[in-house]
Amino acid sequence: MPGVTSPSGGHNTNRAVRHHTLVVLVENQPGVLARVAGLFARRGFNIYSLAVAPTDDDERFSRITIVVDVESSPLEQITKQLFKLVNVVKISELDPDDSVERELMIATVKADPSVRSQVIELVDVFKGSVIDVGFDELSIAVNGEPDKLDDVEELLRPYGIVELQRTGRVALPKLERTPPRLKSVQNRAAN
Amino acid sequence: MEPNEPTNGGAALIRALELEGVEVIFGLPGGAILPVYDPIIESSIRHVLVRHEQGAGHMAEGYAHVTGKPGVCMVTSGPAATNVVTPLADAYLDSVPMVCITGQVPYAAIGTDAFQECDTTGITMSITKHNYLVSDARDIPRIVREAFHIATTGRPGPVLIDVPKDIVDPTNPRSSLEWYWPTDEEVVAGLPGYRPTTKGHPRKIKEAAEMILAAERPVIYAGGGILKARAAEALKELAELTGIHVVTTLMARGAFPDDHELCLGMPGMHGNYTAVMSFQETDLLITLGARFDDRVTGKLDEFASKAKVIHADIDPAELGKNRTPDVPIVGDARLVIEELVVAIRSLLESGRTQADTSAWKQTISGWQEKHPLHYDQHVPGERLKPQFVLETLRDNTPSDTIVCSGVGQHQMWTSQYWHFNHPYTWVNSGGLGTMGFSVPAAIGAKAAFPDRMVWAIDGDGCFQMTAQELVTATVEQIPVKIAILNNSYLGMVRQWQEMFYEERYSEVFLSQTVPDYKMWAESMGCAGFRVDSPEEVLPTIQKANEINDRPVVIDFRTDAAEKVFPMVASGKSNSEVMVHPSQVAGIGEY
Repeated sequence: MPGVTSPSGGHNTNRAVRHHTLVVLVENQPGVLARVAGLFARRGFNIYSLAVAPTDDDERFSRITIVVDVESSPLEQITKQLFKLVNVVKISELDPDDSVERELMIATVKADPSVRSQVIELVDVFKGSVIDVGFDELSIAVNGEPDKLDDVEELLRPYGIVELQRTGRVALPKLERTPPRLKSVQNRAAN
Repeated sequence: MEPNEPTNGGAALIRALELEGVEVIFGLPGGAILPVYDPIIESSIRHVLVRHEQGAGHMAEGYAHVTGKPGVCMVTSGPAATNVVTPLADAYLDSVPMVCITGQVPYAAIGTDAFQECDTTGITMSITKHNYLVSDARDIPRIVREAFHIATTGRPGPVLIDVPKDIVDPTNPRSSLEWYWPTDEEVVAGLPGYRPTTKGHPRKIKEAAEMILAAERPVIYAGGGILKARAAEALKELAELTGIHVVTTLMARGAFPDDHELCLGMPGMHGNYTAVMSFQETDLLITLGARFDDRVTGKLDEFASKAKVIHADIDPAELGKNRTPDVPIVGDARLVIEELVVAIRSLLESGRTQADTSAWKQTISGWQEKHPLHYDQHVPGERLKPQFVLETLRDNTPSDTIVCSGVGQHQMWTSQYWHFNHPYTWVNSGGLGTMGFSVPAAIGAKAAFPDRMVWAIDGDGCFQMTAQELVTATVEQIPVKIAILNNSYLGMVRQWQEMFYEERYSEVFLSQTVPDYKMWAESMGCAGFRVDSPEEVLPTIQKANEINDRPVVIDFRTDAAEKVFPMVASGKSNSEVMVHPSQVAGIGEY
């Protein structure tokens, strides 16, 4: 994963500035992901991460969670162009400060018997799990906030990361008593 | 065909096109699309058999430009599909409603690199408003209805339907379906992500109306959206109500009559001086169905820098794409303008007065007097002036003549020198700048209006790209007229090399001897003429106008040194507009 650096320090706030999460509800049609990805390529927008899965109404709709680099182009133009795709039904822009985000990371780590317990302990601290054990390697799974996964990655690195995969984040607006700042950018969904 | 009547995909596709009101299909058959061509024999739809699929696409565009109805083209898979890529991209950039049907290899063969297979929907994804790969014959009536709905509503554009052969082949069980025809409501309900906004927001309309009345130096920037929305009448009402001058972009020529006292003509890189300067000096740019294209704005940072901007467009993505508007209005140009007129009227009735624009009007008429369009007259012994040819043609054709052009110098001169006084009389390739557009586009326009005169003004470079479609025109009895402004060069490129590449002419000279355009025309069944002297121009045009039983081609031999002025160099500010050398002394006085 590309490291997130900030001239002003703390990487949590920095991520909020550079990246925005778009939750895009699309019709479950063949090629719809290609349309979305192709649009980003053609218009010169950068995708930071992308996750796709059917929604609860999996016959009709899928949800694409796209983390976009908003320094590359204005978010408004991205959402407007995305919304021109006929299969895009709804776009919600989630402000990182007012949403809950989760991501899953799985990794194989060097862990010969002498350090194996240290690695397991580390994974435990982050409420992760060991999903496979080899002679001198462990495969682990951790899910959580993307920042937390960054931390896990940093802490595992000294042991030697053999392979690492992250799913890209999915997000929901935070539930609050006051209305959440889920900005429904546009919503033409027929309810 | 009755509801629930058993049928097959091919017959259903043609029936669906008939029900959509299609009068003519421009196309060329081939392996994968064969089953769809079979029911055409019995169909009421006229089919125009082209000589190259690119021609089919541009003919469909020409038809759509002049009628406002979607143009339809149909070709086979693979190379035929790739040959319509250019017209699709052209239609996408100029928002031309079009439905293109392509054949595809049988569904099960997709992905196997079968003969004449290509990923048509993948290739055309970014140059169509939407596209479909049909996977089930039962979807055909619905998809055809959706395609026409999408192509013609909101911001119009091309829609492609890719049809695998097995789905339309009556001998294949996968082609069977029971006929149905979705209602409008069903079409809309089936497209939950497609809801174009047509009515402007009332608060924004009111805000815009107030700004319009308060502006001291307002100007209307009218784009192709005026024509797409059939808003020419509404625009005239707005202009006359407020006395505000109208600039018509290349795509909007004819949307406001050139002979109207409030018309300033074309802006941009080769716009006339007054139109260009009115943008630079205005305090309120009333943008209606235009998109701040780089050929209009020049250097964006310095474009209309003193102006507040009202921007109305049916495509929300255009608002703020290039220029951030002060008042954005999403909506159909006609509805927005009509709402603006109502809002302005009610403000005036409530006692509001319009700001004094008399000083601005004087400035404008000053520019017009100082910098009219100008070219140096013909010198005996030299080649013809292209502008003279255009003026003669313009003055000797009916005012409702449909004029098509290719791309380059001849296009700019036509836009500059023709007097477009009716909407839908000007057909050209604006956004994509497709050389070779004019001959097939003219054929498409003439197929739509057989009784109207259709002239294509072409360059010699453009003509050589698609001239073979004149065979189509002859065989199909679509007698278009072609005026080639033949300077033996890729003229616009030559102009840039002369002005910006130190007269180093790299690969722009074509030939003064071949082809022999007269012979070429005659070999394709057209009447052919060659004109070298000014005296021959009018008589030859008159002769051409009288020929109605076949196409006509006139090869006008024009002066290669002639350049298009005014000109704003690429990337420069519009304030640095270069006028004709003979007018240079007049610059900078305002």
